[in-house]
Amino acid sequence: MKEKVTALVISQQEIAENIFDMWIETKLAAEAHPGQFIGVFPKNKSTILPRPISICEVNEEKTALRIVYRIAGQGTKEFSSYTAGDKVDILGILGNGFPLEAGKGKKTFLMGGGIGVPPILQLAKELDAEKQVVVGYRDNNLFLKEDLDKYASVYVATEDGSVGTKGNVMDAIAANALDAEVIYACGPMPMLRAIKKYAEEKGIKAYISLEEHMACGVGACLGCVVKTKEVDHHSHVNNARICTDGPVFDAEEVNI
Amino acid sequence: MNTKVTIAGVELKNPVMTGSGTFGSGMEYGEFVDLNQLGAVVTKGVANVPWPGNPTPRVTEVYGGMLNAIGLQNPGIDVFMERDIPFLKQYDTKIIVNVCGKSVEDYVEVVEKLGDSKDVAMLEINVSCPNVKEGAIAFGQKADALYNITSELKKHAKQPIIMKLSPNVTDITEMARAAEAAGADALSLINTITGMKIDIHRRKFALANKTGGMSGPAIKPVAVRMVYQTAQAVKIPIIGMGGIATAEDAIEFILAGATAVSVGAMNFVNPYTTVEVVKGIEDYMRRYNVENLTDLIGAVQ
Repeated sequence: MKEKVTALVISQQEIAENIFDMWIETKLAAEAHPGQFIGVFPKNKSTILPRPISICEVNEEKTALRIVYRIAGQGTKEFSSYTAGDKVDILGILGNGFPLEAGKGKKTFLMGGGIGVPPILQLAKELDAEKQVVVGYRDNNLFLKEDLDKYASVYVATEDGSVGTKGNVMDAIAANALDAEVIYACGPMPMLRAIKKYAEEKGIKAYISLEEHMACGVGACLGCVVKTKEVDHHSHVNNARICTDGPVFDAEEVNI
Repeated sequence: MNTKVTIAGVELKNPVMTGSGTFGSGMEYGEFVDLNQLGAVVTKGVANVPWPGNPTPRVTEVYGGMLNAIGLQNPGIDVFMERDIPFLKQYDTKIIVNVCGKSVEDYVEVVEKLGDSKDVAMLEINVSCPNVKEGAIAFGQKADALYNITSELKKHAKQPIIMKLSPNVTDITEMARAAEAAGADALSLINTITGMKIDIHRRKFALANKTGGMSGPAIKPVAVRMVYQTAQAVKIPIIGMGGIATAEDAIEFILAGATAVSVGAMNFVNPYTTVEVVKGIEDYMRRYNVENLTDLIGAVQ
């Protein structure tokens, strides 16, 4: 059941340049699964729409959510000013999340690129599989890597080559001679395209989390669609709704 | 206290409806609000065949509002009648189906199919979507074209028809008079205002369609003005919309001359807006001892 509720900010810190890490207390945490997201509403009334932000982590008691987000505009800039005790309106829980069953007991890649790394953390915590986390960063600021280390073996790629493999996550897979039976991924579109192609070549399943400009977040406005191989069940026109049919899709099913 | 209003012989329990395209067919927001509490649900536009809509990005935020260029993605009338009407008819609310098309024949086909449904109370004819290249808005920006399509649809429609007017015209009263003269049973206004946003960092249009329709609280004063002007120009009832976020906003539209109101983009901001507006109107009526909501229609002095 989706709801709009008021959450309480527990803590916030900047963990990399323009990247913020905020814990919020909310009853919605009880329903949260890896790969799902929430809509976060700015208080400034000139910025009306909810900002879709992925769930990075859920606390053990399932009473709080951690979101790690980058300042992308006015709304996220406002969020970054919040401190413990502030209130924030959120909409959730949204989206389908990563299918945990698909990778259960298998050798898996959990891949994140840049601001696509955060949802990989809760996935790493919950997935019952042989987990190889492959994450890509711009430089040596490896936000969330220490958290990921607790749950999986972590391979790093950096664009500037300062840590790990120089290049992207695909380069890290090649450099470390890694393989897997199932892939989970979140990151920029070029990365997801490369993963889709890689999975097709290897004949393995890849579940990729997509991003698009959203308005409602609940499947009503049809703003955030992705072209699909098969006719979609909502509009029957090969356009799935990222907010509700996704954000996680079987890479084979989407034309990206 | 009586919140009932009547449009073209159709009685609504209260004047609060949903803006077409912002509420799907009610399924998505049925998780948040009790659809039984709404005067009517106005559906997303439906055409004779499925429409894929525009490329993404389709939505972007602007100051106090948003731009959309969805392009009327919809599953077509056959799927709509099999799925969406049976869903909505479970609720004690009126069903108003928004109809779109690229040619008069497209509209006629949809209107005729809906004519067989006793569950559909009224039809809202979308001749004012700014995001579809052919048809659609072409019918809504020239008075003679609007007259022609309205009179043609009146020949085929079994339900009352509401013509949804575009604000992107020089004189909305001219359009309103043309629709009335052609036999429209009611008018709804305003559709979105054509706008544009440019991402200066990427030097690109924010929307793939370049232009989009602006909605949200920022457009409300324009909408209230057009509802007032239109109410002075025609006798048929008006459904007012454009940036309604609260009951106060809704009452402004009613005082300006609207018989009913629609909540549009604000559903995205606060999914409970519709029912909050219903309740807020009742509070207002109590506060000012208004016995019948109809006493407020056009009551601005």
